[in-house]
Amino acid sequence: MSDETSDRRNGLRSTLASIGPGRGRFAIGNLLSTNSETTGMTANSGESETVGTPESEQTPAGIDSAAGDMPSSDRPLGTPRVDDAIIEARNLEVFYGDTQALHNIHMDIPEKQVTALIGPSGCGKSTFLRSINRMNDLIDVARVEGDLYFHGKNIYDEDVDPVALRRKIGMVFQKPNPFPKSIFDNVAYGLRVQGKDDNVEEQVYTALERAALLEEVEDQLDESGLDLSGGQQQRLCIARAIATDPEVILMDEPASALDPVATSKIEDLVEELAQEYTVAIVTHNMQQAARISDKTAVFLTGGHLVEFDDTNKIFENPQSDRVEDYITGKFG
Amino acid sequence: MSVDTDPEFDFSGSAIERKRLYGKLFLGLCISAAMVGIVALIALLADVLYEAWGWVTWEFLTYPPSQVPDHFIPGNYGDLDTGPAGIYPAIIGSIYLIVLTAIFTLFLGVGAAIYLEEYAPDTRLTQFIEANIANLAGVPSIVYGLLGLAMFVRALQTGASLIAGALTLTLLILPIVIVASQEALKAVPDSMRQASYGTGATKWQTIRNVVLPEAIPGIMTGIILSLSRAIGETAPILMVGAAASMFTPPQLTDPTGAFSAMPTTIFDWITLPDEAFQHVAAAGIVVLLTILLLMNATAILIRNKYDRRA
Repeated sequence: MSDETSDRRNGLRSTLASIGPGRGRFAIGNLLSTNSETTGMTANSGESETVGTPESEQTPAGIDSAAGDMPSSDRPLGTPRVDDAIIEARNLEVFYGDTQALHNIHMDIPEKQVTALIGPSGCGKSTFLRSINRMNDLIDVARVEGDLYFHGKNIYDEDVDPVALRRKIGMVFQKPNPFPKSIFDNVAYGLRVQGKDDNVEEQVYTALERAALLEEVEDQLDESGLDLSGGQQQRLCIARAIATDPEVILMDEPASALDPVATSKIEDLVEELAQEYTVAIVTHNMQQAARISDKTAVFLTGGHLVEFDDTNKIFENPQSDRVEDYITGKFG
Repeated sequence: MSVDTDPEFDFSGSAIERKRLYGKLFLGLCISAAMVGIVALIALLADVLYEAWGWVTWEFLTYPPSQVPDHFIPGNYGDLDTGPAGIYPAIIGSIYLIVLTAIFTLFLGVGAAIYLEEYAPDTRLTQFIEANIANLAGVPSIVYGLLGLAMFVRALQTGASLIAGALTLTLLILPIVIVASQEALKAVPDSMRQASYGTGATKWQTIRNVVLPEAIPGIMTGIILSLSRAIGETAPILMVGAAASMFTPPQLTDPTGAFSAMPTTIFDWITLPDEAFQHVAAAGIVVLLTILLLMNATAILIRNKYDRRA
């Protein structure tokens, strides 16, 4: 690795340090280890005109083993393959009527880590998130092509029941949307519809505890969920999503409607949750992605995944110039 | 006025005065438009109450009608061999009619609305059906009466019965109930449905646990308002053969029996020549209006009770 590159990284690292408190994810060791994971995907996506410095350690052999099912022409920059993937998107395309919202998405989501999906408005990141638990099925005009594997099973196969899938992959929405029911019933809702309703009380308390909300609402469990503040409502929605103990939690800009204090609580919670769950989070806020995620996928204009890599790599040394421009705020 | 006041500036706003006048004229026009309806209603109520004053007695509410006008006059009650006369069988007839109509509309109307709003794909056929339901709401009620006569009384051989009347009224208000229920279902925010699906609920669970509880107040309001229209309808039940006056109330256990209802009874009284019957008819109208206003008040109460939450 050239000195020039190192200098650049150091510079960016100090920038990052000023963004948020170090949580150990940006340690140097962590940073450099990413190189060994790079499976020799020479960045050659048609989307990026300029390619960042190719890593010298790249070995051609990596292509066969890791990216056998990922056509090189469509691969995003970075390392879209991960070893412990729980979700693998292959050539995923989503259409709304005649409009194509996602083009040839190839990426993995690693188990029990936080994967951030960032990009400007209308870039398809929410669409991608919603295709993971087939929420797009609810939109009449939406059509999905390509494959998306969850535990190695294509969830768009005909024998997959989207309801069963959503019981494994929970979701938290952009705007807090608690039901007009009591706090208790909100959290118990998923348990009841899934028939997991022995010991409801205990499970509700556990979920509220894990969502860091129990202390605040313990005395008002039978009051309406709508009486809570915005941040509390969102944590209530998180409690509702984790009460049924899914494996994956999808979050669609969960903090975008919240004030900074409530946002930071949600962020802490997301990091906490990643110890037990796989989290995929869409965010507009790049600092947020840098603070809480392990992997970052950058979507740019028109539904193209441009680069996917370890978060520190994306933020410190992205391969695509467009990603770098986006991250440094030159556009988007 | 101080010396340095800008002479160009029109502090008194005299140039705007004219525009203001137009505004006031327009306001006056709108107020009088609103008043026409209110004044007409008050005049109608006052006239009916004046005519009916002293004629609405407990006996009027609890005794069957009579051909003899003297039997209705409260002053005569003590002197009669046959007992006083009243509107009792028609009240019971109208209430049974509305109860049956309510049951039919609840299932048919809400069922159709749920299908159209939650299940039906947005195809041309669906749009065609929806447009025609809206059209049906504007069909004159006597047409429904003719339909009821042909379909229930003749084809289904129900005779001039309570069930034929209830089914005809159901057809009459069904379009309104469907449209009102669809509006109530549409008003349930999509984020609620998504939240439910997101937790792994099926479509039925989502409708049952999230959508319907949210929509029920709106649906109930629509149904009650429609029923209060149905209870006053005369033409359709006249067509299916509701009796002008019955001396015994109908039985709910025998819905194929003959019946009379308040509108037909009142209509019959008004056509009678004796002057006393004009007062009797007015008394009947007061009873009918009271029941109608009570139903509307219930609808408003339901709406207010549940609206607060949002």
